[in-house]
Amino acid sequence: MRFSIYRYDPDRDARPRMQDYELKLEPTDRMLLDALVRLKAQDDSLSFRRSCREGVCGSDAMNINGKNGLACITKIADLPEKVTLRPLPGLPVVRDLIVDMTQFFNQYHSVKPYLINHDAPPERERLQSPAEREELNGLYECILCACCSTSCPSFWWNPDKYVGPAGLLQAYRFIADTRDQATGERLDNLDDPYRLFRCHTIMNCTDACPKNLNPAQAIGKIKEMLVRRAV
Amino acid sequence: MSVALQARKFDAIVVGAGGSGLRAALELARAGLRVAVLSKVFPTRSHTVAAQGGIAAPLGNSSEDHWHWHMYDTVKGSDYLGDQDAIEYMCRRATEVVIELEHMGMPFDRLDNGRIYQRPFGGHTQDYGSPKMAMRACAAADRTGHAMLHTLYQQNVKASTQFFVEWMALDLIRDAEGAVLGVVALEMETGEPMILQAKATILATGGSGRMFHSSTNAFINTGDGLGMAARAGIPLEDMEFYQFHPTGVYGAGILITEGVRGEGGYLLNKDGERFMERYAPNAKDLASRDVVSRAMATEIKEGRGCGPEADHVLLKLDHLGPEVINLRLPGIREIAIKFANADPIKAPIPVVPTAHYQMGGIPANHLGQVVAPRNGNREAVVPGLYAVGECACVSVHGANRLGTNSLLDLLVFGKAGGEQAIVDIRGMAASHKDLPKDAADRSLARLAQLDSGTGGERVAEVGNDLRKTMQMHCGVFRFPELLVEGVNKVRQIAARAERISIGDKSKVFNTARIEALELYNLIEAATATVVSAEARKESRGAQARADFPDRDDKNWIKHSLWFKEGDRLEYKPVHLKPMSVETFEPKVRTY
Repeated sequence: MRFSIYRYDPDRDARPRMQDYELKLEPTDRMLLDALVRLKAQDDSLSFRRSCREGVCGSDAMNINGKNGLACITKIADLPEKVTLRPLPGLPVVRDLIVDMTQFFNQYHSVKPYLINHDAPPERERLQSPAEREELNGLYECILCACCSTSCPSFWWNPDKYVGPAGLLQAYRFIADTRDQATGERLDNLDDPYRLFRCHTIMNCTDACPKNLNPAQAIGKIKEMLVRRAV
Repeated sequence: MSVALQARKFDAIVVGAGGSGLRAALELARAGLRVAVLSKVFPTRSHTVAAQGGIAAPLGNSSEDHWHWHMYDTVKGSDYLGDQDAIEYMCRRATEVVIELEHMGMPFDRLDNGRIYQRPFGGHTQDYGSPKMAMRACAAADRTGHAMLHTLYQQNVKASTQFFVEWMALDLIRDAEGAVLGVVALEMETGEPMILQAKATILATGGSGRMFHSSTNAFINTGDGLGMAARAGIPLEDMEFYQFHPTGVYGAGILITEGVRGEGGYLLNKDGERFMERYAPNAKDLASRDVVSRAMATEIKEGRGCGPEADHVLLKLDHLGPEVINLRLPGIREIAIKFANADPIKAPIPVVPTAHYQMGGIPANHLGQVVAPRNGNREAVVPGLYAVGECACVSVHGANRLGTNSLLDLLVFGKAGGEQAIVDIRGMAASHKDLPKDAADRSLARLAQLDSGTGGERVAEVGNDLRKTMQMHCGVFRFPELLVEGVNKVRQIAARAERISIGDKSKVFNTARIEALELYNLIEAATATVVSAEARKESRGAQARADFPDRDDKNWIKHSLWFKEGDRLEYKPVHLKPMSVETFEPKVRTY
């Protein structure tokens, strides 16, 4: 199997370059990450993040043949013989496939991603019906891998001003939670030409999500709530 | 060495941002203390995220339940090696911490009456081991750990906890009196070491599952806290007890939650026989994990395994129907399709026992304080040092942990450790103690060796040899000759690790260097594990010896303590006396 991998070490490289690698596949190499780990055993300077290797921690997001995805759940069998790997687009590169995710997390933090409820907590659980709880499905499962936000042209242009699909999905996760009391405040926080309305329904986010979540739909619901609130 | 490192001062440092570290940090931040949380990865990438099935609490939402029943199950599950005072403490605080988690926003599944959904799990019973299973595992589908970790992170964002993301702690700093004054740590992005000084240092670094070739654990689980403690002269407790989870995906090692069996799934051998009925007539597939893993290994050993190599068994759940699978086990379906090419709605999942959880660790009491022998006191508190979560041995899991007690352990002892640290910090002088002159020497020497060394052994090769050795010599069943040989081999590998070198000499985000530093820690944990296993001449919980197949309560109701210095063992008594109730006396363990 052949690879062309983006390499950049600011400690020694004047500018980034693409480096070719070849790997003889073993039967135990199932996922792209397995191949990367073996490439790193050959060339220990090849740098990428990884942890859970099962698609739940969100560490190893990268651009795989032009599309964002997680290396650990991308099957080698589904890839062509030559694979081109680049860091997630739109974020500053720290080194090789490792990007600086500060802006991404700043946007996540900006939506107040925590339950807000001003009542004194009851002795037991706050009640929620199965139907109300089901509203959170497709929202709380986000792993913050940034595949969506870094596939979004609006986020590329305005990563400091546009919350981006990942942050907006989490904003809606709390709006949709019957235990949360801050819907008005959350909508105010997003009622802005950039923070929410830079979304032009391009839908790259939903296409890119490795967990099959639908940020575009959540964004649509927030927009709808704002419109309904205005009339 | 006279390199002066920059030092920053905090009230408390938490090393590790998984469930227990975040729970401890939350307690400290809410108390208004200056707390720094260090993590090798962004907090929500910690391995707690991979926990699936649930968190134990006797809420009694779906079946009658009681903390004392939970305590009985935990003591029995521990094969009577758990400390009964700590187990009582954990079970009595379970409802409190789970309800708090719900109040924080945890998206638990719900029952029709709006309360938290609870499912059965292995070894959870009603009425002190009666055949009736208790529904005690509070679940968010099969993503309970993910939901919990994100909820705890979110609360820390709200509390303005200060995070040092992608920082690796290298060594503890101890003064001449043995007090811990902070850590030397490395910022991964810049490659710069720094001293972080604190009145309380809380280790929450998780397990060391990467010491085994076949493991459910993430790459980051390299026993970093264990290595730091061992190098600082603190022993490691009960490391021989490593849990093999019955259902790791064959060939890939990815965890398949016990919740599958809690929802009604079961195991089959090649004859299509539900073989657990023979090994555990009452609990069947919901017996304790050590029991199920041994049964599976026996089936495979005796030629009743599945597949061309007869080397795995099958987990059947298609009879649950698509509705239950999609509602309660959606993540499992995703994993099975991706990693086993099997859609569990139609086909069974091939599974094998897989290294999963470290029952042992840094000796700590139920307040999270690290305790080590000193001047004749076997459990003298190490001032300034705390350990919580999987890296600690409290010991609530003893020789075998019950499913869903790990997430509970994270919350109860994360909170308790935070509470105790607050009390201790408030009782201390306003200014930090002076650092010893050689505070950073050991860390800097190791970094210098990696920076300058060339032509040594490769980290990946030494690591792979370690993992294969541990897998072969210290697995589900343990054999005397293999154990003796395993001890020798691991010691040889440890000697080789002294001579490793890395090709990557860059300062910036040097992951080769991180992997080398992780290997040093992993080797401390693995040495402790195989040496303790070889020395314990009995079978108990996760330790199953061919030459000593029975539990030996006369000689072995005691905790092992492995010391790095001298590579030697000591033992200390198990706390058989609970806090307020009667002792559960050891008896024959059947399910």
